[in-house]
Amino acid sequence: MSAPKAGNLLSDRLDAELTPLLTVSGVSKAFGGLQALSGISLRVNAGEIFGLIGPNGAGKTTLFNALTGLYTIDRGEVRLGGLRLDGRKPHQVLQAGLARTFQNIRLFAEMTALENVLVGRHARTRSGVVGAVLRLPATRREEADSRAHAHALLQRVGIAQHAHRLARNLSYGDQRRLEIARALATEPTLLALDEPAAGMNPAERAALRELLLKLQADGVTLLLIEHDVKLVMGLCTRLAVLDYGVKIAEGTPDVVSRDPRVVAAYLGDEMP
Amino acid sequence: MDIFLQQLINGLVLGSVYALVALGYTMVYGILELINFAHGEITMMGALVALAVIGALALAAPGLPGVLVLGAGLAVAIPVCVALGLVIERVAYRPLRNAPRLAPLITAIGVSIILQNVAMLIWGKQYIPFPAILPEGRHQVLGATVSDIQIAILVLAVLIMLALILVVQKTRLGRAMRATAQSRQVASLMGVDVNRVIAATFAIGSALAAVAGVMVSAYYGLAHYYMGFLLGLKAFSAAVLGGIGNLRGAMLGGLLLGLIESFGAGYIGDLTGGFLGSNYQDVFAFFVLIAVLVFRPSGLLGARLVERA
Repeated sequence: MSAPKAGNLLSDRLDAELTPLLTVSGVSKAFGGLQALSGISLRVNAGEIFGLIGPNGAGKTTLFNALTGLYTIDRGEVRLGGLRLDGRKPHQVLQAGLARTFQNIRLFAEMTALENVLVGRHARTRSGVVGAVLRLPATRREEADSRAHAHALLQRVGIAQHAHRLARNLSYGDQRRLEIARALATEPTLLALDEPAAGMNPAERAALRELLLKLQADGVTLLLIEHDVKLVMGLCTRLAVLDYGVKIAEGTPDVVSRDPRVVAAYLGDEMP
Repeated sequence: MDIFLQQLINGLVLGSVYALVALGYTMVYGILELINFAHGEITMMGALVALAVIGALALAAPGLPGVLVLGAGLAVAIPVCVALGLVIERVAYRPLRNAPRLAPLITAIGVSIILQNVAMLIWGKQYIPFPAILPEGRHQVLGATVSDIQIAILVLAVLIMLALILVVQKTRLGRAMRATAQSRQVASLMGVDVNRVIAATFAIGSALAAVAGVMVSAYYGLAHYYMGFLLGLKAFSAAVLGGIGNLRGAMLGGLLLGLIESFGAGYIGDLTGGFLGSNYQDVFAFFVLIAVLVFRPSGLLGARLVERA
């Protein structure tokens, strides 16, 4: 890239910040007669922490499942960078760079914390059984690299001391961190977090907040479903609000929190 | 004392073969919760294919060392069985992955009958003798006799089982298998191509079955199209005995079943005053299966199928 002229520095920077990473256009999904998502469109820019909020049953997790290939969508299009995601299988979506965590923790409970993260390395490693049984140098090197990488990730989320404990024996907050470490192991460009603060105490929430800001600083774009309004408003650069499967608002926390439709969705409609 | 030792050796050898076959049942069950009833027939196919190659080689090049001929038989039987296992999974099980549990069970039985009939068409109904290509060395150990074949079977089986534990515990594929066993959905969301992992599981199980089939036919000196039925049923019993879905359980169950059968055959005559003879040994496998199911339905090492190793 050529060096920008001094006068253009600010606008170049803004342009870079506004590179769309995830583009969701007109995504619809119905379950039988229930229209869970109706024509959802939104854009998550690279480097953002983008919040997805809405009352219970608004379709937030459904949208996550649609983005990550768990549900096939009825209509619409999902792009990550230039790549179409819709119609791909979950492991292909992940390969493309979109990883997620779960609202109700879904770790591999009978594997150690380290092994959970190593499963996350699966998509970014290659070696097969033959190499492992014959202990080929390339395989051993890859395995050693994976382990070092996984250890570093456990360190990064602050649970390195629990590397060899079974996931099911970790505390609730640590399990949430482990889910994030496992997702990060897949080297995502976009990390989708489904209610990461659910059930956390204030200290754990503060630590989570620090962690998410650290991830953003490291260049990971975050898509966040969260009920903790304070956390969302303080953390997110922009938000989208869903209600009954429809997007009713999108914008900065300031704008969204003043939107009358958002207020109505959260507090109930008042008669005009 | 010498009879005891003899039965112990025989039981361990037989049991290690049961264990190899039982591993195939338990691995597939661990990942898919499917009982692959065609697995015994894969063992049979492995034996018959290897025997065909060995027989042809023994005729064509009579001077060749027996171990080489046997190796050639295995080298053909293993890929054939792996291919067979992969095709069965693709054609008979994968389309039914989300069907009710009974559906793949029925196709499994169907596949098993088809394989028996295919083998019967190719090799006929007669017993096929294992050519005398292997050294017939026998050793006396504290009054018991151990043959070279028995030693080879036991050593090879133990090595294979150790390698399998290593693969499942320490490798990328093994981790993906355990993750898939715990949750297929989450594993796929974490980037594991679940279909490939399932295919790999069938491939490994089928390779073990091929080796076990060759071992059995070398041990008893014969093979035929129906041998997979009883062998498969016993290995399945062994897997249930150890706790189906659990790798170590399958190994333990296989060895125990072999020992029970062997001691049963050795002592049943004395115990019943000659009323029942050693030809009742097969009854023991199923007596044990019933007893375990009654008193410990989850098997000796429990039903923690997610742990699997």
